Amino acid sequence: MTDATGQLTTADGKPLKAALAASLATRRRRAFLLVAPLFLFILVSFIVPIGQMLYQSFYNDTFSATAPNLVQWFDEHPAGSEIDESAYAALAADLALMKQEKTAGAAGTRINYDVSGSRSMFTSTARKADKFEPPFKEAILAEEKKWDDPIIWRAMRSASSPFTFDFYLAALDLTRDDSGSIVPVAEGQAIYKTLFWRTLSMSIEITALCLLLGFPIAHLLAVLPMRKAMLLMILVLLPFWTSLLVRTTSWMVLLQSQGVLNDLMVWMGLIGDDGRIQMMYNQTGTIVAMTHILLPFTVLPLYSVMKTIPPSYVRAARSLGATSWTAFRRVYLPQTLPGIGAGGLLVFILAMGYYITPALVGGADGQMISNMIAFHMQKSLNWSLAAALAAMLLAIVLIFFWIYDRLVGIDKMKLG
Amino acid sequence: MALPTYASPLEKAWHYSYLVICGLIFLFLIAPIVIVIPLSFNAEPYFTFTEKMLTLDPEGYSMRWYDSLLTFGMQNPESERGASFWSDFWGNATWMQVTKNSIIIGFFATILSTALGTIAALGLTRPEMPYRKQITAVLISPMIVPIIISATGMFFFYSWMKLPMPSFEGGFHIEWTRLAGSYLGIILAHAALGIPFVIITVTATLSGFDQSLVRAAASLGANPRTAFFKVVMPLIMPGVVSGALFAFVTSFDEVVAVLFIADHTQQTIPRQMWNGIREQISPAILAVATILVLISILLLTTVELLRRRSERLRGVSPQ
Repeated sequence: MTDATGQLTTADGKPLKAALAASLATRRRRAFLLVAPLFLFILVSFIVPIGQMLYQSFYNDTFSATAPNLVQWFDEHPAGSEIDESAYAALAADLALMKQEKTAGAAGTRINYDVSGSRSMFTSTARKADKFEPPFKEAILAEEKKWDDPIIWRAMRSASSPFTFDFYLAALDLTRDDSGSIVPVAEGQAIYKTLFWRTLSMSIEITALCLLLGFPIAHLLAVLPMRKAMLLMILVLLPFWTSLLVRTTSWMVLLQSQGVLNDLMVWMGLIGDDGRIQMMYNQTGTIVAMTHILLPFTVLPLYSVMKTIPPSYVRAARSLGATSWTAFRRVYLPQTLPGIGAGGLLVFILAMGYYITPALVGGADGQMISNMIAFHMQKSLNWSLAAALAAMLLAIVLIFFWIYDRLVGIDKMKLG
Repeated sequence: MALPTYASPLEKAWHYSYLVICGLIFLFLIAPIVIVIPLSFNAEPYFTFTEKMLTLDPEGYSMRWYDSLLTFGMQNPESERGASFWSDFWGNATWMQVTKNSIIIGFFATILSTALGTIAALGLTRPEMPYRKQITAVLISPMIVPIIISATGMFFFYSWMKLPMPSFEGGFHIEWTRLAGSYLGIILAHAALGIPFVIITVTATLSGFDQSLVRAAASLGANPRTAFFKVVMPLIMPGVVSGALFAFVTSFDEVVAVLFIADHTQQTIPRQMWNGIREQISPAILAVATILVLISILLLTTVELLRRRSERLRGVSPQ
């Protein structure tokens, strides 16, 4: 139908364009409403918790909330001011407050992140806090003369503001010197950069191994007749469905120095009984076990890409005079690149954040960044540093997730 | 894959060495999983084959590790295997308790993630869905974000958040409870971790779904609800069930979130294994591993059968 101006209209006289737009809007709203409950659920149970944790990487008020007098003193006296009687008076007042509220341990822990050994200074001095009389400087120094140390005062100054990027500095092996400028930490204390590089290099090695081992079998599965391929596919899918802990345990059994592989090699005479190889609790063990665990994640995408490559292309190349190597390199390999990209990126992303396997078989030099985050969460209780490390790991992983989305597309992800 | 008749000797040699290489890779994939099965029947507390085992001497094999699994944590493990033994087992044996926990947590987490995930997948596969890519990225993220980061975040949030929950201690009443250290906390965490698998499998099933079937149902007088339950649901059911199985396995195998959120009453099978491996690894762990391998074989078979059924169902519908 058309109205007077010649516009198309619906039966009840509305312009067709508007009616279609309205109907599209309704359908869009309906589609969104279907997704909304899950989206909200993920937001509340997953995204918000992670956001809250990341917030801790630059917000830590354990010291600033427990030491209001010192915070005020630091506000009034810029960096470099002499630590005079008024500062010690503020310290004495805060220690008394900490004793009363039983927060000396928490405040001391916060300063202990920067100056090790300072936690006990807080707890022991706070215990005597209500006995201090002016002049406070002498009284406090008589109790514990380490309060004299400018390092403690610098640490308290930096902790007096709840917002700080010092945890990111620490996560990058950087620190502040006396004048407050950023410098690298002492040689022996730099651990995190090495750890990031190790995580990265181990992930690359694991990804390369997975592709190297996954490529031949994916190819075999793709060219075999359906029935045989399905049987062999079970050998790929069974590890995929088996518990991670079971697979890690199996590797511990195989790799132990009194384990099956070493026994086998001794029996075959490859090594002497006293020359058993240490294959576990080191980097080798982590790489072998993780390659095994992540291998199905490369085989499956490679297989689904290879399945779509017509065998006639390689045959055509051969008939045109290409050697089998050239036909493989120039014709077959380029067509498998989407599979290599998808499988490789997925394994790399998963490997970067691996925790369980390195924790169980990693030993000292097979630990990854995740294990350090867990260490700071559970043992050293420096949650802000854990959060800063987590934020950096998350940033790396999300960059690769973004690349994965651009190259492969997340909606192309498949399981089994 | 047959070799063409004109293949040169070099090509033949390469072809056979290629098959050998593939065989070795398959061995690498499957051997670690198979090896734990015979070792779990070891009569000695070793993780390797004893001479008696290799000569297939029955004395080299025993059920002692399965027995120790059964009785571990019981009050009277030595008592006769009568009714009182089994009620002790049901009530006190450690592995029984963690199995109950794993099943309860896995069941509810699966229900939650499958229900929400399937509904969301229906929306995501509609062509008019706005911001599809961005929303999918968010919904898939629990699979991509390193588990230690998710678990840490959940630890902070769930220790802080309180929800009213029913309590049966001292008469039924509603109590404000922290999510950390509660069943609900772990169920929510595991549901979030399982959702990407549901989304991926169900959207994959729906992408091959012929939307004209819904229109046909509507033209025959079905309202949207009837069309969904009578037409859509039966066709996507195999995908939904495999998604649910993935979600269940994710929860059943998850240890890091449990490490961070659960207290001692919510220990699960993998959590107990983690303890066993970290503290002192004994062949009893291999007995658990063997049972879990058998379960995974069962699950794999189910998923494969479902996938074939799904392909058959989709084969019937016009492409």
